[in-house]
Amino acid sequence: MTETFVPPTRFAVPGRIAVSEQAASEWQTATVTGIRRETPRVTTFRLAVPHWPGHLPGQHLMVRLTAEDGYAAQRHYSIASAPDDSGHIELTLDHVEGGEVSGWFHTVARPGDRVEVRGPVSGFFAWPGDRPALLIGAGSGVVPLMSMIRHHRARNLTVPLRLVVSARSPEELVYARELGAETTAVFTRSAPEGVAVGRMAAAHVAPLLAEQPAGGWEAYVCGSNSFAEHASRLLVTAGQPVDRIRIERFG
Amino acid sequence: MHITRGFTGRPRVADPGLPPGQYDAGDDWPVLSAEVTPELASADWTFRIDGLVAEPRTWDWEEAHRMPPSAYEGAIHCVTSWSKFGVRFAGVSLDAFLDTARPHASATHAVAYSHTGYTANLPLADLTGGRAWIAWEYDGKPLAPEHGGPARLLVPHLYFWKSAKWIAGLRILDHDEPGFWERNGYHERGNPWEEQRYAGD
Repeated sequence: MTETFVPPTRFAVPGRIAVSEQAASEWQTATVTGIRRETPRVTTFRLAVPHWPGHLPGQHLMVRLTAEDGYAAQRHYSIASAPDDSGHIELTLDHVEGGEVSGWFHTVARPGDRVEVRGPVSGFFAWPGDRPALLIGAGSGVVPLMSMIRHHRARNLTVPLRLVVSARSPEELVYARELGAETTAVFTRSAPEGVAVGRMAAAHVAPLLAEQPAGGWEAYVCGSNSFAEHASRLLVTAGQPVDRIRIERFG
Repeated sequence: MHITRGFTGRPRVADPGLPPGQYDAGDDWPVLSAEVTPELASADWTFRIDGLVAEPRTWDWEEAHRMPPSAYEGAIHCVTSWSKFGVRFAGVSLDAFLDTARPHASATHAVAYSHTGYTANLPLADLTGGRAWIAWEYDGKPLAPEHGGPARLLVPHLYFWKSAKWIAGLRILDHDEPGFWERNGYHERGNPWEEQRYAGD
């Protein structure tokens, strides 16, 4: 007797996203070509990756740094750039206190430096641009969501896309200059004149779920674990099906 | 291997318990799950073993707690490269459940599935011999929902994505069938000591 039954994975869409095994298993050398400050704590690092196989918005990659004695440290980072940025990818990194890898990027890295990268990896959080996407992020959790927005713009996609993003203050809103009409910003500590200060709430999410696009939203939540828990509950309470919520949690 | 200019890394403490490519997360215990944390009460939790077994069986919370207690103290390893030492889980050895269900001689693999629909595949040999648990306590307290409470699978010798949170059951098979992350490019087995992170490693 051969069982073929596999319990249904209710929240899976991955059938439409093929992750290249070869891309995931090979390290290659990338060169830092640009460094761009986004906020006082957050910086974008532009990397030339000659053999980058391409990615989908929302995917991440691994970065490996190696010390002279052979000690290596590797971390997963979301890709910030759109797939069409030929030969380049961008990473936007928080300066984590004591961060071993992000610390090197923020304090040592300069154009011309080389690091090893591997990927893209994981297809679950990816958005190919085919379904209406409701993006909810906080802090540097906006990074993979920005890749989706950039993709949407670069391809002139007409599928609905909305972003609700939380930041402590306007100064700490990552990509502030680039965010447009698709975005609602929520500020938790200080806000521009006339804008309320407070946590992301049902009032920010419920109206978007009340005006569902045809086929409904695919929700993507990215941020700290506490934010992800909070935001995903807001979505569920507002009626978003749990199997159409994808979550990327930052430690 | 390419030496990174100016990278020294953390001070190295030779730790024989740290697999290659991993770092010690210390007191942190990052939460990594792709789905919404379910609101699953222990009274509603069940655990089932079926497929190629002599006695398919479902246990509820009370029945599972009447089985002989078993604990794990040691390390856990996440594919995103953190490891955590000195963790203490308590629950029941998976051997006790499998001894009741009695897999057929032809059984080689299992698909673990959760109450959320998450799946992970494992060779049966990785689930037997005192190396896997159904765990409901962490550090003497009930396992937190975001860490898989009320109960999760615990297979600490493999990367932690195999230790399915909110465990609902095991389907015993005579072949391997990739689970959720395995279909998303992760390795079929996930042995941290061999750095089996992604398909092809």
